[in-house]
Amino acid sequence: MSVRLQAAGLSVGYGERTVVDRLDLDVVGGTVTAVIGPNGCGKSTLLRALGRLLPARHGAVLLDGKQIDKIPTREVAKVLGLLPQAPQAPEGLTVADLVARGRHPHQAWYRQWSSDDEAAVAEALRMTGIEDLAERTVDELSGGQRQRAWISMALAQGTDLLLLDEPTTYLDLAHQIDVLDLVQQLHTDMGRTVVMVLHDLNLAARYADQLVAMKAGKIVSLGAPAEVLTEQMLLEVFGLDARVVEDPVSGTPLVVPVGSRHRIG
Amino acid sequence: MIAPAKALRVGRASFRLRPRPMLVVAIGLAALVAVMALDITTGDFPLTVSQVVDVLLGGGARRDQFVVLELRLPRTLTGLLVGGALGLSGAIFQSIVRNPLASPDLLGITWGAGAGAVTVITFAGSLGSITGPYAEFGLPLAGLAGGLTAGLLVYALAWRKGIEGFRMVLVGIGVTAVAGNFTQYLLTVGDVTDAARAMVWITGSLNGRGWEHVVPVALALVVLIPLALVFGHVLGALQFGDETSKGLGVRVDLSRSMLILVAIVLASVATAAAGPIAFVALATPQIALRLAKTATPPLFGSVVIGGVLVVLSDLVARTIYRIELPVGVVTAVLGAPYLMYLLVRSRREARI
Repeated sequence: MSVRLQAAGLSVGYGERTVVDRLDLDVVGGTVTAVIGPNGCGKSTLLRALGRLLPARHGAVLLDGKQIDKIPTREVAKVLGLLPQAPQAPEGLTVADLVARGRHPHQAWYRQWSSDDEAAVAEALRMTGIEDLAERTVDELSGGQRQRAWISMALAQGTDLLLLDEPTTYLDLAHQIDVLDLVQQLHTDMGRTVVMVLHDLNLAARYADQLVAMKAGKIVSLGAPAEVLTEQMLLEVFGLDARVVEDPVSGTPLVVPVGSRHRIG
Repeated sequence: MIAPAKALRVGRASFRLRPRPMLVVAIGLAALVAVMALDITTGDFPLTVSQVVDVLLGGGARRDQFVVLELRLPRTLTGLLVGGALGLSGAIFQSIVRNPLASPDLLGITWGAGAGAVTVITFAGSLGSITGPYAEFGLPLAGLAGGLTAGLLVYALAWRKGIEGFRMVLVGIGVTAVAGNFTQYLLTVGDVTDAARAMVWITGSLNGRGWEHVVPVALALVVLIPLALVFGHVLGALQFGDETSKGLGVRVDLSRSMLILVAIVLASVATAAAGPIAFVALATPQIALRLAKTATPPLFGSVVIGGVLVVLSDLVARTIYRIELPVGVVTAVLGAPYLMYLLVRSRREARI
């Protein structure tokens, strides 16, 4: 498999502040990469830069070997879809209309609803299991349903690459699993390449092929979950005293925080 | 399963057919024809529809010809065009800024255009009336200049790494105050008769509108409506946050600037023709949106509803009382409570 998306000596920042600092990362096609790290470590910023929402200060983001900001943004949108954190839709927008907007990069003012568009939207609704909600408005959905609708929109875009910024935020555990199962399905059944920011380390370890642990704008550790998610890394990156055991279900690493008053004897 | 969306496909071109918004446009057009017919036949010289049709086909009595072609038709057409332009302008603003309060009246653009036009009225007027090239080109151009200045000022002052609706409305209130006070100043220093005429104009009036008022707005609409509809497709992808829109491959800043420019020109030209008719640009898109049951104001629907609203209001304004009232009085009386009703209702519907 080839490298689809690459950060090469990438620095990104806001105003005076440098948030991502000379970072190198390769995202191989057909894999799921999860970016983890403490609040404010620059993981969302990295994801935005990978999705050409933020300009590179130094270095570059390469999409299939080409500098992403040199490719017309509409062409990028045919290959790379992204789901921002807590996206907003106007009140009263139906799920079907929301998902249909995912087709935008494939449309023009005179070509607003081709049969390809129609098929892609129907397929995206089916994959996320929200066909029955198509005529409901986005604001009347529950959190889990709404997240599915947004993911459905990104799917309708028909891109090989998907960038998801904390797709499980505000969801209860059952719905988090729901969404991540969907991500895994995209990856295994359809060979999509996914890069996502996740807060939950155990879920990240379970669903990702590659973990990227960040601290202060730099990558501290990178590799398979079992290599990255170690007690030493948790202490170094999160300042967290924890045990790492084997997840009885998936066999991936499972973080058990120690805390200050919970030790048995 | 979902019912497949209806579509019109010809070769590579394809359009989505949405029954309800289309029905709103169709009913709106029918209402428009009815209201215009009523407007042309009603007045001190009542006419029948067949008399009007005779005149339009080139026949009819000379008196009827004069009444229809010189007095009532241009006035009705000005009302239709101004209403359409204001409706479209408001629909574009409200979609882009994602705030129902964002409309050229509240953002100070019609007031900027008003200040520009009043400048011409007070300085180029002679014996309380302006005629000839001043009326035909001077007023629209001055209105356009004033509206563009106000609009660009609002956009520049409210822009901070993107457009945030509420900040734009707040800046607009400031610009409205400046433009309003500048207009007041002009009225104070201007000639009394010019000032009196300007006062009526500021309220928004279709009184005495002739072909010289129809032409500039018609030209602007002929150019800008197609432009708005081409960009309108992008408008659909701009209704989300900036990041989502960029992710969909929209050049957000460019598209938004172009659309706002179109909306500013529409509002300015309309204002130059008939004065800052209150609430039309604010209320029309919201009425169209509720009738069509869409999430963002429908563009075609807003054009048609805006036309109906202004022509109907003008008909009421000139017949309800023994003297003619400016149309702006009626739109304000109708528009303000309706807007309050909409705001109260949407607040009640808002989710917790």
